[in-house]
Amino acid sequence: MLVLLGIGVVVLGFVLRANPLLVVMAAALVTGLAAAWSPAADVATMGAALTATLAAFGKAFNDSRYVSAVWLVLAAIGLLERAGLQERARILIGRVQAATVGRLLLVYFVVRQAAAALGLTSLGGHAQMVRPLVAPMAEGAAEARLGVLEDADRYRIRAHAAAADNIGLFFGEDIFIAIASILLIKGFLEQNGIIVEPLQLSLWAIPTAIAALLIHGTRLVLLDRRFAKAAP
Amino acid sequence: MIALAHLYILGGLFFAAVAILSALDRANARRLRNAAFWGLLAVSFLAGDVIGDLGNGVLVLGLVALAALGLGQGKPPTTTPEERRESALKRGDALFLPALIIPAIALLGTLAAKETAWGAVLINPANATLVSLALGVVVALTVAMIWLKPPLLAPLQEGRRLMDAVGWAALLPQMLAALGAVFLAAGVGDAVGEIAAAYIPLGTPTAAVAAYCIGMALFTIIMGNAFAAFPVMTAAIGLPVVVAQFGGDPAIVCAIGMLAGFCGTLMTPMAANFNVVPANLLDLPDRNAALNGVIRAQIPTALPLLIANIVLMRFLAFP
Repeated sequence: MLVLLGIGVVVLGFVLRANPLLVVMAAALVTGLAAAWSPAADVATMGAALTATLAAFGKAFNDSRYVSAVWLVLAAIGLLERAGLQERARILIGRVQAATVGRLLLVYFVVRQAAAALGLTSLGGHAQMVRPLVAPMAEGAAEARLGVLEDADRYRIRAHAAAADNIGLFFGEDIFIAIASILLIKGFLEQNGIIVEPLQLSLWAIPTAIAALLIHGTRLVLLDRRFAKAAP
Repeated sequence: MIALAHLYILGGLFFAAVAILSALDRANARRLRNAAFWGLLAVSFLAGDVIGDLGNGVLVLGLVALAALGLGQGKPPTTTPEERRESALKRGDALFLPALIIPAIALLGTLAAKETAWGAVLINPANATLVSLALGVVVALTVAMIWLKPPLLAPLQEGRRLMDAVGWAALLPQMLAALGAVFLAAGVGDAVGEIAAAYIPLGTPTAAVAAYCIGMALFTIIMGNAFAAFPVMTAAIGLPVVVAQFGGDPAIVCAIGMLAGFCGTLMTPMAANFNVVPANLLDLPDRNAALNGVIRAQIPTALPLLIANIVLMRFLAFP
């Protein structure tokens, strides 16, 4: 039971608003110490457990470097921003009269979810698409209709652009058979003696995907009503 | 064949350049701290396989200490808003093309590596998407450099501008993956299972399904990562109760259980790469609040969707 202290450390760090990297590190070390602790354990034993946990964390960190390798993309995005990518997106959307914030985000949300379902999770993302394109386009759509935006509205639109990206990705990607979460489920079940095909798992992600499409799609349509009311 | 090892070299060189340029940035009062942070990350990418497990652990301690002290915000040379507007008018919609090169090559490279013989020779199929994504970045950079003719250092300086905007949050997903490994080795999942069995009423299929789905969402909120929550909660409630005791279909239970966890991801600042990174990238004023604008925009979708998952699992998983 003592190993649960690590979860307690995460919760406590979250409540105290400590730096999350610090919280994660502390949780790992506490978990390793708790697993090694017994009434008979002396200082040398606990010291060895601390070193072993640090080494285990270091190994896992090193094995997971691919997670952080995606930041390379920022060099290319930054270079295009330098040449006016965001401004161009605003100009583009400003010309489309039919575009409203809700409709634009709805289109992005549906495309993001459909693309993720086909395994195209890289067609999107906050650094690649939301910051340089979707958020400026949505702001541009609102400006074209309402003129100058209040700061609160501008931030709400940006937040909804990020939300459309997340929700489209999360509830689309599991329909694709070769995505990490599907492979994790398959591997976990195999360790427990249950063999399933990735296709079975991805098939049963479809009902939730439809529910997400209906719920979030409705909210985006309603978002336009909110701004329509605000218009003079 | 291009594999993950080459991607690590490229990433290491990028982070090393960010570190050096940070050290030279006199406009940033914390420039040495930023330089040390990105420099340590460069060491991890370039030399992680030779410094040993404990060496990597000590390196992470250094990264965590620097992040906890607080990083600064660099001020790399870039264009003014007027110059950007002018450039946007002059270059037109063609500006979108280099940005679309990246996902296009990521997709084509992945398909080629998995489906064709020459693709598998060029790109390691085991990590096809990541390697192809990096190839896409390189091609997009090459096209943009030839076309836009910016200063030679511009991609590194602009990359540094955005890396500093993301800050320490850039490392949280990798840290959570490492924490998951430590939890697994220590048997945290087994311990949670014993507690759940002892204290949560799991007497009916509906109660068990609700406990599993809500548990997945809550544990994901705590851990910031449904992948970390899934083995713990499924070993605790999903397999022993929902599947073994009440006869739920394991494929359906696990598929929907993971998606219940994703509902939790939408509601937690611990999922930094999804909820905090965009708030930073979009300059939201409440980016550091526990419930920032992105999370507040997502909660009204996440809660009904969690209920939908419980209902779906209850009616689909039991024959």
